[in-house]
Amino acid sequence: MATDTVRGARKFGRYSLLVAVAAIVLFPIYAVLLQALKSGADAFDHPRSLLPVDLTFDTIRSAWTAGNLGKLLMNSLFVSTVVTIGVIVTSLLAGYAFAFLNFPLKKIVFAIYLSTMLVPGEVTVVINQRTADSFGWLNTYQGLIVPSLASTFGVFLVRQVFLQIPKELREAAALDGVGHLRFLYEVAAPLSRPTLGALGLFTFLGTWNAYLWPSQVVNDNAHRTIQLGLERLKTPNDISKFNLVTGGLVVAALPIFIMLVVFQRQLVRGLTAGAVKG
Amino acid sequence: MILLGPSGCGKSTLLRMVAGLEDPSVGDVFIGEQRVNDELPKLRDIAMVFQSYALYPHKTVRANIEFPLKVRGVPKAERAEQALHAAEILGLAEYMKRKPGQLSGGQRQRVALARAIVRKPAVFLMDEPLSNLDAKLRGDTRTELVDLHRRLDSTFIYVTHDQVEAMTMGSRVAVMNAGRLEQVGTPQEVYDRPASAFVAQFIGTPPMNVLPVGLLGTNDVQVGIRPEHLLLASEGRLSGNVYQVEHLGHEVLVHAESTAGRLVARVDPASDLPVVGDAVRFDAADHHLHRFDAHSGMRVS
Repeated sequence: MATDTVRGARKFGRYSLLVAVAAIVLFPIYAVLLQALKSGADAFDHPRSLLPVDLTFDTIRSAWTAGNLGKLLMNSLFVSTVVTIGVIVTSLLAGYAFAFLNFPLKKIVFAIYLSTMLVPGEVTVVINQRTADSFGWLNTYQGLIVPSLASTFGVFLVRQVFLQIPKELREAAALDGVGHLRFLYEVAAPLSRPTLGALGLFTFLGTWNAYLWPSQVVNDNAHRTIQLGLERLKTPNDISKFNLVTGGLVVAALPIFIMLVVFQRQLVRGLTAGAVKG
Repeated sequence: MILLGPSGCGKSTLLRMVAGLEDPSVGDVFIGEQRVNDELPKLRDIAMVFQSYALYPHKTVRANIEFPLKVRGVPKAERAEQALHAAEILGLAEYMKRKPGQLSGGQRQRVALARAIVRKPAVFLMDEPLSNLDAKLRGDTRTELVDLHRRLDSTFIYVTHDQVEAMTMGSRVAVMNAGRLEQVGTPQEVYDRPASAFVAQFIGTPPMNVLPVGLLGTNDVQVGIRPEHLLLASEGRLSGNVYQVEHLGHEVLVHAESTAGRLVARVDPASDLPVVGDAVRFDAADHHLHRFDAHSGMRVS
């Protein structure tokens, strides 16, 4: 009985800790959501009130119209989808080459390739912006999309899973006359589905949330992404629209939230794929 | 044809060269009358069964067996029919919808075989296909393979380090050591007339006794005697002390330490058996002696 009590207490302690951590993580989200559901005047009068009283969708609605968020959402959706597909394709191809093919200087090329991960994006943003400009890609979709189509991390991740595929599978396929592309499509990629799912999800989230690069290549309404649009919802001088930006935040975060709920299992499986693969 | 040899002797490499997975640095590979050195693996008309089976884990048994046909563009209906036929030969028909992960080792092994036979290749290459099975299953599958070989009537090249497999399955055995071919012959030939001291000691359980130079009236060669030919004889030319007696039921193995090294004799359990510590004498009939060159180890006839 005594051990039961100890175990119970330990369990209680553990869960209390989890609840506390969850509360800390969720609090800002709750605060933003609550702020977005207040009218502008209410938000100005009671900025710190955390009680859900007098809730209204007005702020979100006016953020939607004021920021032209529908169009921006479509832009973000388009850019994120194309980038995600592109990253998966390029990571598959390059990861396959690094895992299954033999070519001169393979290890060195891979090392150089990996070392690019050490260079922060901020360092290259200016020169990349100039390059995009020289291509005439400012205010275009290709300016938003093309520079993100290949991901070092993606290539690395795919190579690592591919290295776990037994060499005999490739050899057995080669004896049957299966070429590299077909092997990639029929065997290697399907076997790596959890990892590819996670890579796709991360890429989508990363692109959806990207701010720095889009802000450098786009400043017109036709191509602006949702994150850039939020910036324009800031109205520090208009008391009646004090909380407009929080309404925009909710709109911007909602699709991501839905995706996370839907693909939660994929995400966790992909992250633990290397650890528990049997 | 069985390629037999200890680990690392090059038998798998040889098989892989036949398959085209590795390039020989010298020499030619012929399949039938055709030199295939420069042919891609897929054009060599071979099928290979890997030690690890190399089944596609995400495909069903049916899809695994059909895959070689699918790659070759065989129409769907024909493909299904041939896959079913191959599966039936190996007793897999009821498992067609399962994935490899849901099968036992023996069943996976049979799927790998079915995937090979569905192609109807000129040559089957098998790389230790039984080594991942437990002893009982290995025996059964060995019999099945022999039967399959007889029914399909095509060439099998079979790599193993297990001399029992080699002796029971092969029409011909090629014994390899350290990258070199020691002898090619029928199992009986290889057993009765080993071409070298290595072959003599590699084949047979327990292995042949090989005595140092200068014994049994020979002065320039090593002499080999199979344990079953080494007889207990009170007037024998070899003497030793028994240090172990193994009763195997149908036979008894007497191990003795002698001036010529350790000796093993296979003895009839019904005979008068020595016990550990006894001083015994052995002899063998001259026509049962194998003579090997003192330096090269090659047979001297």
